[in-house]
Amino acid sequence: MTTIGVTRTTLLKDLRMEWRSKDAINSMLFFALLVVVIFSFAFNPTAEESRRIAGGLIWVAFLFAAVVALNQTWARELRNQVLDAYRVSPAPPNALFLAKAIGNFFFVVVLEALMAPLFVVFYDLRSVGPVWQLIVVALLGTWALVVNGTFFAALSIRTRSREIMLPLILFPISIPALLAMVDATTSILTGEASPDFWIKMLAVYDVVFTAVCLLLFESVLNAE
Amino acid sequence: MKQLFIAFVVLTLGLLAFSTYQALFVAPTEQTMGEVQRIFYYHVPSAWTAGVCFFVNFLASVVYLWKRNLASDALAAASAEVGVTFCTIVLITGPIWARPVWGIWWTWDARLTTTLVLWLIYVSYLVLRRFSAGGQTQVLAAALAIFGFVDVPIVYMSIRWFRTQHPSPVMGGGENSGLDPAMLHAFFWNLAAFTCVGIVLMVVRYRLQMLEEKVEATHAAAALQGGPR
Repeated sequence: MTTIGVTRTTLLKDLRMEWRSKDAINSMLFFALLVVVIFSFAFNPTAEESRRIAGGLIWVAFLFAAVVALNQTWARELRNQVLDAYRVSPAPPNALFLAKAIGNFFFVVVLEALMAPLFVVFYDLRSVGPVWQLIVVALLGTWALVVNGTFFAALSIRTRSREIMLPLILFPISIPALLAMVDATTSILTGEASPDFWIKMLAVYDVVFTAVCLLLFESVLNAE
Repeated sequence: MKQLFIAFVVLTLGLLAFSTYQALFVAPTEQTMGEVQRIFYYHVPSAWTAGVCFFVNFLASVVYLWKRNLASDALAAASAEVGVTFCTIVLITGPIWARPVWGIWWTWDARLTTTLVLWLIYVSYLVLRRFSAGGQTQVLAAALAIFGFVDVPIVYMSIRWFRTQHPSPVMGGGENSGLDPAMLHAFFWNLAAFTCVGIVLMVVRYRLQMLEEKVEATHAAAALQGGPR
């Protein structure tokens, strides 16, 4: 089987399982909703203020919610030794990684699409800059979180107290990506500065870390 | 080999004593900052040593993924620990110096922030080493080390842009604006001394790590044979 074939099969399997159980998306959605409500209480901002802080709030909420889904990425492959079976099969390891990363990307993008209206309602958001730029930032930023998150989930699944391990190793590495997402979003919402540099930086971050992930995933999968 | 190492330790201690004398007594007192500027002789060499340690950690991790030998993994573990120690010294001495000179403990400037993020990354590396089980630790840690090292230039670039875009607080003169030769002299002695201290600590920690591996292997072998542990 080719890389693309294995990727597609694994991805479709994950999507189908998620469609039937809705485990990841439900827990993410509810979690993000809670974060939005709590932030809204905590800051109680006016429309002007919320435009300034929304970039940070949105991405912190999505980051925390994404961790909930990322933690479940590999858990179901541990049952019945699926991961071991995959390891002895001739299928390319990177195909598995890509399928998982694309699957997580899809889940988090769906979450963002569902949560965006809520942010608009709760924080009375109106963007001064063009909205299509927000979509570009969201797609690039989500991939940045998800590609590293999927990789680190594969790392942390092999440690003790794995649920807490993922954020501990994911957050420090993700600091530049988060900074870029938050600042790009704030620049677009307030329309005060150009987000071009941050969008380029996110693109570079995505390319660099996707390459590093693909380079190292085989070693991590076969770590014993 | 052992005699050589002991000789090196003695040399390092001598160097450290001499460089401390140079920094505290020989180097002239700075005009505007006063005595507190002498922290410079500890702050910058510590940062340099931490940088060297993290670079060693990266090289050792790459070698480990390539050759899979225990020695390079032990070196990676040792250098990360020593690096975090020196990085902590930088992060503690920095604010002590900044408070009287800049009037603030901390500013989100490119170098400060990058150092803090660097520290966070390598602490997470140590946590991962601690929490992973048995034979998997080495590969997982090596992978994370490569991620961390690749991240550093990106962090630096992004914070620099972040800061240049926003107005930054006015900062008192940087030490790079021409250093008195007597200060430079003391600085280089300290740089040499701190580098040697870093190397000594790394070697000691490396040998300890190798011993730990050996003990663990012996225990495992004994357990397999069913003998007393």
